[in-house]
Amino acid sequence: MKRTFLDGIIKNNMVLVLAIGLCPALAVTTSAYNALGMGMAVIFVLVFSNLLVSLLRNIIPKNLRIPIFVIIISTFVTIVDYTLQAYVPPLSRQLGVFVPLIVVNCGILGRAEGYSYKNPPHYAVMDGLGIGIGFTIVLFLMGTIREILGQGIWLSIPEVFPGFQVFGEAFTNSSVLLMILPPGGFLAIALLMGLFNHFRRDK
Amino acid sequence: MSLFLLFLSAFLVNNIVLMRFLGLCPFFGVSSKIETAFGMGMSVIFVMTLSTIITWFLYRYILVPLDLIYLRTVAFILVIASLVQFLELFFKKQVPGLYSALGIFLPLITTNCAILGVAFLNIDSDFGLLSSVVFAISSATGFLLAIVLIAGIRERLENAPIPEALKGLPISFITAALMALAFLGFLGFMGLSL
Repeated sequence: MKRTFLDGIIKNNMVLVLAIGLCPALAVTTSAYNALGMGMAVIFVLVFSNLLVSLLRNIIPKNLRIPIFVIIISTFVTIVDYTLQAYVPPLSRQLGVFVPLIVVNCGILGRAEGYSYKNPPHYAVMDGLGIGIGFTIVLFLMGTIREILGQGIWLSIPEVFPGFQVFGEAFTNSSVLLMILPPGGFLAIALLMGLFNHFRRDK
Repeated sequence: MSLFLLFLSAFLVNNIVLMRFLGLCPFFGVSSKIETAFGMGMSVIFVMTLSTIITWFLYRYILVPLDLIYLRTVAFILVIASLVQFLELFFKKQVPGLYSALGIFLPLITTNCAILGVAFLNIDSDFGLLSSVVFAISSATGFLLAIVLIAGIRERLENAPIPEALKGLPISFITAALMALAFLGFLGFMGLSL
């Protein structure tokens, strides 16, 4: 069970290894806080959709399984969407259309089809947690790189906390604006994936 | 906003792939050859236009009157998935020529977040039917442009000396970063600057 969890974080890492879920990984990582929010939303959807699929695995008919998985996943996505809108409206506005778009994150459907449909519930939950946390770690790293270089601050939360000053005032006034613009997203993920490939090959 | 400005904005300035980050999976997944990239782009134009029309009517005339807006995520994804399935069967039987050209890309399109994303964006921007269709066609054409451009660059990168750790996807991301940087220049079209 511990293996299932760890495999999800490193060996099957959704973004760095499988290159799935790239859209949210690039679009919402302009700050570390947004990245964490998106990561939490994906963890919630993954764990509960994995659990439900696994519980129902003996009832779901084989040739109808994909539409049923899609309905299960989109139900949990709707729950997340409305919860965010109600309790953290600023975060919900920042993530925007990418919250409902968790539905088409093929990683989640992939886990339902490839893992939960064949394994008992406690393993399915561990798998969901592992994959979800692996996804969140990558998003958080990207958000951190982009926010620190692009704005000179870290972990700012809109309307609550202005963020830690990393390089001081002077840097904030003339930061690498490029990093919070779209090209910065591509650069940050290229950097992370390159480093990951480099260290994985050494092992 | 006039329709031409809407076209320019969706096609270049807010390019759906490079600026809005929608549809990245096919953008990196099927862009190693220009031919396949072109096929994928054409299928996206076709499906995006049709799905926009259908989801627009579904939202305005079924979900809103019945007060079922909270079902939009479920409803849209099911409609798009069945539309793609139907198109595949229809082409196979009726238009074999088109099927052999676009057929293999159709199943992949269901999980293309650009299709669902454009459906949501249309609703969030409160577009009428005509604006929605123009927005869908120009977004999809922007996708075609971006994917054909990156496929052309990737074909040439194949023989280039690239550091071992950056081979494959990472170098494609860097390429995309440079393309996105170039596309930022189009902001000037709209009289905007950074």
